[in-house]
Amino acid sequence: MTLQITDLRVYYRTLAGDVRALDGVTFGLADGEIMGLAGESGCGKSTLGNSLVRIDGRMKYVAGTVTLDGATLPISDNDQMDEFRFTEVSIIPQYAMSAMNPTRKIGRMVGDLLESRGVKFGDMRGELERRLDLVGLGADVLDRYPIELSGGMKQRMVMVLSTLMNPSLLIADEITSALDVTSQRAVAETLVEFRERGFVKAMIVITHDVSILYQIADTLTIMYAGKLAEKAPTRVITDEPRHPYTRLLVSSLPEVGVRFEDRRLTGIPGTPPSLLGPPSGCRFRERCPLAFAKCAQEPPFVEIGPDHSVACWKAD
Amino acid sequence: MLQLEGVSKVYRVGAFGGTNLTAVRDVTFSVRTGEVVSLIGESGSGKSTIGKMMLRLLRASEGSITFDGTNIAGLDGEALRSYYRNVQGVFQDPFSSYNPVFKVDHIFDLIRGTYFRDADDVEWSHKVEASLDDVALDPAQVLHKYPHQLSGGQLQRLLVARALLLDTRFLVADEIISMLDASTRIDVLNLLGDLKRRGLGILFITHDLSLGNYISEKTVILSRGRIVEMGTTEKVYGNPLHPYTRTLMSSVPQLHRTWREVDADLAATGADAAGRCVYHAAHPEADGDGAGRIPTGLVETEEGHLVGCFRPYLEGAC
Repeated sequence: MTLQITDLRVYYRTLAGDVRALDGVTFGLADGEIMGLAGESGCGKSTLGNSLVRIDGRMKYVAGTVTLDGATLPISDNDQMDEFRFTEVSIIPQYAMSAMNPTRKIGRMVGDLLESRGVKFGDMRGELERRLDLVGLGADVLDRYPIELSGGMKQRMVMVLSTLMNPSLLIADEITSALDVTSQRAVAETLVEFRERGFVKAMIVITHDVSILYQIADTLTIMYAGKLAEKAPTRVITDEPRHPYTRLLVSSLPEVGVRFEDRRLTGIPGTPPSLLGPPSGCRFRERCPLAFAKCAQEPPFVEIGPDHSVACWKAD
Repeated sequence: MLQLEGVSKVYRVGAFGGTNLTAVRDVTFSVRTGEVVSLIGESGSGKSTIGKMMLRLLRASEGSITFDGTNIAGLDGEALRSYYRNVQGVFQDPFSSYNPVFKVDHIFDLIRGTYFRDADDVEWSHKVEASLDDVALDPAQVLHKYPHQLSGGQLQRLLVARALLLDTRFLVADEIISMLDASTRIDVLNLLGDLKRRGLGILFITHDLSLGNYISEKTVILSRGRIVEMGTTEKVYGNPLHPYTRTLMSSVPQLHRTWREVDADLAATGADAAGRCVYHAAHPEADGDGAGRIPTGLVETEEGHLVGCFRPYLEGAC
């Protein structure tokens, strides 16, 4: 197992109190696994990704352990994390298009980054060019400024950069959301290619678009209001989900072939609870068609089938 | 109802407007009463420009846009106001479409000042409640709130309600659900479907093919300012002919169908093996000046299915 997260809690500090964006999350990631992480905006999916890489000033580590390749990841200590960042854990951020330094030529920026990890740019240049070629970029991009590249090119450049040191864990946060459909497919397939070639061992792909995850992910994890709702192999989540939230979410997606005139899809009524002082018990209770008295107690996230875990009293 | 005839738009860009950029080229299509037409294209394809021209926020450089037979280019004063009574638009980002210091009821009152000066208070509040009812919002819950207190789905529905306050018969919906969460976007989409049943004509601008398929009767595929393929939604989705449309279809992520399966399906249908433009002879201007000019005309391949020249996508193999 590459990654094991146990009861991770990360809150945001605000004047009104702590926003419990990540409130007790436990899961593991097998070697070579691409895990898709989906959920509504504000459910904590990006917080989960970010907290594995860098807990910034607004965030507060509360509890939980993260183990990567058998070693504990010191996520609460920013200085100690420096040793792991980029080499062991790497992220392709949500706005990869603005992730590059606009005043540096790309090659120079890559050099700076590598030298900060004690690696000579010259030693890596061959490998870098091979990987650029793999994503369809010429070596000449290294002599250009970020402004000279299109959005899709920048996205691919950052993908190569983030995986250059062969990290064990890669977090890809909404990397396809700002792209056109044709680039979306190319970027998503590149992620799979990186895994096949062993550039990264395991991956967490965060997006709100379940249909992209259906294409590339081995397992899907659905988050709701700071907690995990369900985790299972991709086909299980899309074909026979057990958590009522997952069911409603999957059935609200228009598929090619479904027409308004023939079959009217429905959304999920209501809104997620505020994470500033969230309600006790099951957090989906308010919007759940199956809710009953027991839902006032918090359902545990338990395994109900092979690799299939659900947090719902009605799941079995 | 609303008809575009040979519409082009040229922007002047660069220092002192020295360079011309053609954003929309010779576009002809129409939207009828009770019909949703989805206009699909990637970023920069000119789809929003077309929407803005229909709303008279931009003027067409060439061609004409007519609404019920009247060319909208010449409208001004009272005539333009009456045009806006009929034709309204809703845009992508609901969070920045509102003035944050106004409460929702004040935003509605702004319309009253322009269009309904004669309405008394009771009449007006009935009107507001009716239009909120149309978009499934509870007036008591939204009217006295500031925009930041409402969710994206609520804000977007309020914008539609605002448009419906007038005697709207045509709505330009420019990417109105791309910023919403999956759980609420379908509700806004259904709302468009209900409005269509009531007889509104809707131009649904999107880059998401599965949304367009769900809601629209007619599909127009736009690339680099040109229409490359259009027709009834079943025909364009069921039998995509143009290489660009086929690329789009094979890239759109679907649930329950992988990209590989879609590729296999597409390979089994449509275009000829050599990948050459099979409609070359049918395009009258194709050989026109021999200078690589791309014909803009469309060929009708079957009833209600039109396709454009393949040349820009086949690197001269036309």
